[in-house]
Amino acid sequence: MMILPELSTLIFAIVFLFLSLGKKKDSAVLLAKPLSIIILGISLVGVLASGQLFSGAYRIDLFSQVFKAIIAYGFCLVIFMLDRRNEIEEAYFPEYIMFLGFSALGLMMLVSSVELISIVIALEVSSYSLYVIIPLRKGQTNIQIEASVKYLFFGAISTGIMLFGMSYIYGITKSTFLSDIIKVLPGVMNQPIGVFALILTLTGFFFKLSLFPMHFWAPDIYEGASNTTTTFIATVPKIGAAALLIRMTMLASASGVQFVNILIVLAAISMTLGNLVGLVQKDIKRLLAYSGIAHAGYLLMGVLALSKDGYAAAIYYITIYLFMNLACFYVLVLLSKDGKNVVLDDLVGLSKRAPLLAFTLAVGAFSLAGIPPTGGFTGKLFLFMSAFREGHLAIVIIGAVNTAISIFYYLNLVRMSYSKEAGSADPIQLTFNEKALCCIFIFLVLYMGIVPFGLLDIFRLAV
Amino acid sequence: MMALHKYLIMNTLCYPILSIVIFLPLAGAILLLFMRGERSVKMTALITSIINFPLSLIIYSGFDIGADKFQFGEFIPWIPAYNINYVLGIDGITIFLILLTTLLAPLCILCSWTAIERRVKEFMFCLLIMETAMIGVFCALDFILFYVFWEAMLIPMYLLIAIWGGPNKDYASIKFFIYTLFGSVFLLVAIIAVYLATGTFSIPDAMFRDYGFNFQFWVFLAFAIAFAIKVPMFPFHTWLPAAHTEAPTAGSVFLASVLLKMGTYGFLRFCLPITPKASVFFAPYMIALSVIGIIYGGLVCLSQTDMKKLIAYSSVAHMGFATLGIFSFTVFGWEGALLQMLNHGVTTGALFLCVGIVYERTHSREIYDNAGLGKIMPAYVGFFGLFSISSFAFPGTNNFVGELYVLIGIFSQSKLAGFFSIVGALLAAAYMLRLLKQIVWGREDKREIADMKAREVIYLLPLALFVVWMGLFPRPFVQVIEKTLMNLHSQMNIFLR
Repeated sequence: MMILPELSTLIFAIVFLFLSLGKKKDSAVLLAKPLSIIILGISLVGVLASGQLFSGAYRIDLFSQVFKAIIAYGFCLVIFMLDRRNEIEEAYFPEYIMFLGFSALGLMMLVSSVELISIVIALEVSSYSLYVIIPLRKGQTNIQIEASVKYLFFGAISTGIMLFGMSYIYGITKSTFLSDIIKVLPGVMNQPIGVFALILTLTGFFFKLSLFPMHFWAPDIYEGASNTTTTFIATVPKIGAAALLIRMTMLASASGVQFVNILIVLAAISMTLGNLVGLVQKDIKRLLAYSGIAHAGYLLMGVLALSKDGYAAAIYYITIYLFMNLACFYVLVLLSKDGKNVVLDDLVGLSKRAPLLAFTLAVGAFSLAGIPPTGGFTGKLFLFMSAFREGHLAIVIIGAVNTAISIFYYLNLVRMSYSKEAGSADPIQLTFNEKALCCIFIFLVLYMGIVPFGLLDIFRLAV
Repeated sequence: MMALHKYLIMNTLCYPILSIVIFLPLAGAILLLFMRGERSVKMTALITSIINFPLSLIIYSGFDIGADKFQFGEFIPWIPAYNINYVLGIDGITIFLILLTTLLAPLCILCSWTAIERRVKEFMFCLLIMETAMIGVFCALDFILFYVFWEAMLIPMYLLIAIWGGPNKDYASIKFFIYTLFGSVFLLVAIIAVYLATGTFSIPDAMFRDYGFNFQFWVFLAFAIAFAIKVPMFPFHTWLPAAHTEAPTAGSVFLASVLLKMGTYGFLRFCLPITPKASVFFAPYMIALSVIGIIYGGLVCLSQTDMKKLIAYSSVAHMGFATLGIFSFTVFGWEGALLQMLNHGVTTGALFLCVGIVYERTHSREIYDNAGLGKIMPAYVGFFGLFSISSFAFPGTNNFVGELYVLIGIFSQSKLAGFFSIVGALLAAAYMLRLLKQIVWGREDKREIADMKAREVIYLLPLALFVVWMGLFPRPFVQVIEKTLMNLHSQMNIFLR
C-alpha cells in the first residue's frame, strides 16, 4: 500500500487509455478533474508512508512522499487548467491526459528511486510521454513538430551524457545503489574523476530543469508546444528533477569543493544568461522559458549549499515556483485566442478587460521577481541565506544583482497589462471555475510568502 | 524573549495599537474590493484613513519621552526556523514619521477626490496599501519584517505612477521601480550578512555589537546604496524628478513626504548603530555628497519651468540637509535632520498639493501657464506663499528650525561643509522666490480660474498650521525625539572610543 500515489496515477492513466479506445471523447476532461483530485488526496494521505521496495532500489520516505504530493498537486492544477478546448484536437483528449498522467507517474517514480538504473527508467517514462504530447496542437504550422523533435533530440543527448556519467560512478563504486555509492564517492570527490562523474550524471536533471548548459531546448519548446503542454513542462517535471538533484548532490557530502565550485559557476551563468536574454523577449512563453533558466540557477543556490537548510530552501523554492509559474501560465492559457501564443502586446489593456487575470499575472510576475509579500521573495530569501551561510557570498551577490535585472521584464508584464491603455477593450468573460482557480493561485502565492513556517518545517524534516 | 526586554517596552494597552494602526488601512483596502459606486468607495477610504489618525495620536499621547527603549512593543514568532519574528516598536525617531504618515493619508485621499476620474477603487486601494506599508516600515523591529514592508510599498507606488500618472508615466514608473529595487537587493544581502554574524533578525539586537571594521565597511556600503537611492542622495537622484513629476498628486505627496524619509530613517536606524565605525569612516564622503546634492539641487531648480519638477529637485536639496545632519554625528545635527525630515514632509507635501490644485484647473504644470494668480486666486496664493517661504527656511517657519539645527551640528564638525550648505540655503531662497514671484505676479492677463474650494482649504489648513507651529514653537517636537537621539549619541561614543 506504500505505493498508492503511484498506483492511483497509473490507474488514472490506464482509465484514459481505455477512454481513448471508445467513441465518446468529450467527457474526458470532466472525468479527469475528480480523478486528479483523488490522486492528490491519496498523495497527501501517503505523505507519512515509509519503506523500501525492489531490494532497496525504491525507497519511500518523507522526502519522496513530500515530492510526490507536490507533483500530484501540480498535476492536479494542470488538469484543472485544461478547460478550454481550443488548443488540442478534441479527438486526442483522452490520449493527451493519459500521457500527462504517465509523465506524472514517471516523476513520482523518479523521486522514490535510489538506484541508478531505476532513476534512468523513471526519468525516461516521464520524458517519453512528453515527447508524444508536444506535437499535439491544433491549427499551427510546423512549429510544434519542430519543438517535439528538438525536445526528443536534446532529451536523448542529455540521457546519453547522464548514462555516461553513471557508468563512471559505477566504475568508481562498483554499485548502482545510492546507499552504496555514498560510502565511496565522497572519498573521490576531491579527484577529477569523482567530480566529472557526478556532474555528468546530473546533466539529465539539468536538462529537465533547463539549467545552463542544458537550457537550449527551453525557449523553442515553450514556444512550439501548446499552452497547456508548456504549462506542464515548465512546472511539474522540474519538481522531480529538483528532487533528484538534491538526492544526487547529497552524495557529494562535504568534501566536494570543486564540485560546488562548478555548480556555482553553472548557477551564476544560468541566472545571468536567463535574465539577460529574457529582457528582449516578446513572446511571453519564451520570456517565461528564459525566466525558467534563471530560476534553475536560483534553485541551484540552495542545492550547492550542501546543507539541510539549503535543501529545504530548494524544496520550498521549487514549490513556490510551481505555483507562481502556474499562475502566469494560466493567464496565458485563458488569454490566448485559438491557442495561439501570447505576445507582450496582447497584454495591453488587460487590467480593463479582465481585472482578475491582470491581478493574477501581476501576483505571479512579482513573485517570480521576488518582491515581498509574495512567496517568491520568501523562497529566495531562504535560498540566499543558506548559500550565504556556507560562505558562498559571490553567488549571493550575483543572485541579488540578477534579481534586480530580472525585475525589468517581469515588470514589463505588469506594465503592459496595467499602464498601457487599449484602444478597443472587449472584456474577457471568465467562468466561475476559472475565477476560482485564479483566486487559488493568488492565495497560494501570497500564503507561501506570508505563512512559510508549516511547510518549511515539513521540508526541513524531509531532507 | 528574554533579550527582548533589554530594548523593548511591551505594549501595556489592552489592544495592539501599532498593529491596529498598521493594518487598519489594509482592512479598509480589502473592504473596498467588495464595494460598488465611486462615492461609497471614496467615503470608505477617507473614513478609514481619518480614523487612523486619532488612533496614532493615542500612540503619541502614551509615548514616554523619558524612556530610551522602544515602546508599544509587540512580539509574535513568525518563522521560528530562521528566528524571524513579528516585532514592532517605536521610539523618538519614528513617532513623528508615523504621525506624519497618518496625517497625510486622509489629505491625499481628499486631494484625489475629483482629480482621479478613472479606476477610483483601485486608486484608493493602492493608497491605503501604501499607508499600511509605510507605517509598517517605521514600526518594524525585525529585519525581514522591515524588508517586507519596505518592498511591498514599491508595488502600489509603481501602480500609482504607472496607471494614474502623467504623459511620461511609463518611463517614470519603471525607472522608479528598478532603481529602488536595485538598492533593495543590496539591503537584503546586508541583512543576511548581519543575520549570519549575529544569529538574529532583530534590529535592536544587531545594534552596537563588536563587528570587525571590514564587516562594517561592506555592510555599510550595502545599506548606504539602498538608502542613498531612497533619499535620494546626489548621484542616485535621477529617478526622483521623473517619478515626482509624473505621479498623480497623491502619489507625489506620499513619495516626497514619506518615501524619501525612509532613506534617512534607514541611515539613522541601521547605518549609525549597526556600523558606527564605518559610518564615521564614510562620513566625509556622505557629507560631500550631501553638500553636492544641496548645491546641485538648488542650481537645477533655478532653471526649471515645470512646477512639479522644481519642487522635486528642491527635495534633493532639502534631503541633502537631512543627510548632512545625520553625518555630523552631533545630537543637534540629528535633531535637525529629524525635524528636517518632518518639515520636508509637510512643506513639500503641501507644495505638491498646491500644484495639484492649480493643475486641476489649468491642466498644466508649466510655471508660465499658472503665472499671475495673485488677483485671480488670492486664497490659493496665500497658502502657496506660506509654503514657499517655509521651503526656503524663512525664520518663523518650520524649515528654519530644522536647518538651523543642522547647521549648528555641521559647523561644529566642518566649517567648509557648513559654508557650502549656507550657499545652498541661499540658492533655495533664489529659486523659491522666483517661483513665487511668477505664480503671484507673473502675468497680467485676465483669466477665469476658480479659487480654492472648501475641501481644498481643509486639506491644506492642517499643514499650514503645522508650518507655523513648528516654526514658532518647536520645543514639543524636539523634546520627544531628544532622549532617543541622546541615547544613540552616548552609545555611539562608547563604541567609537
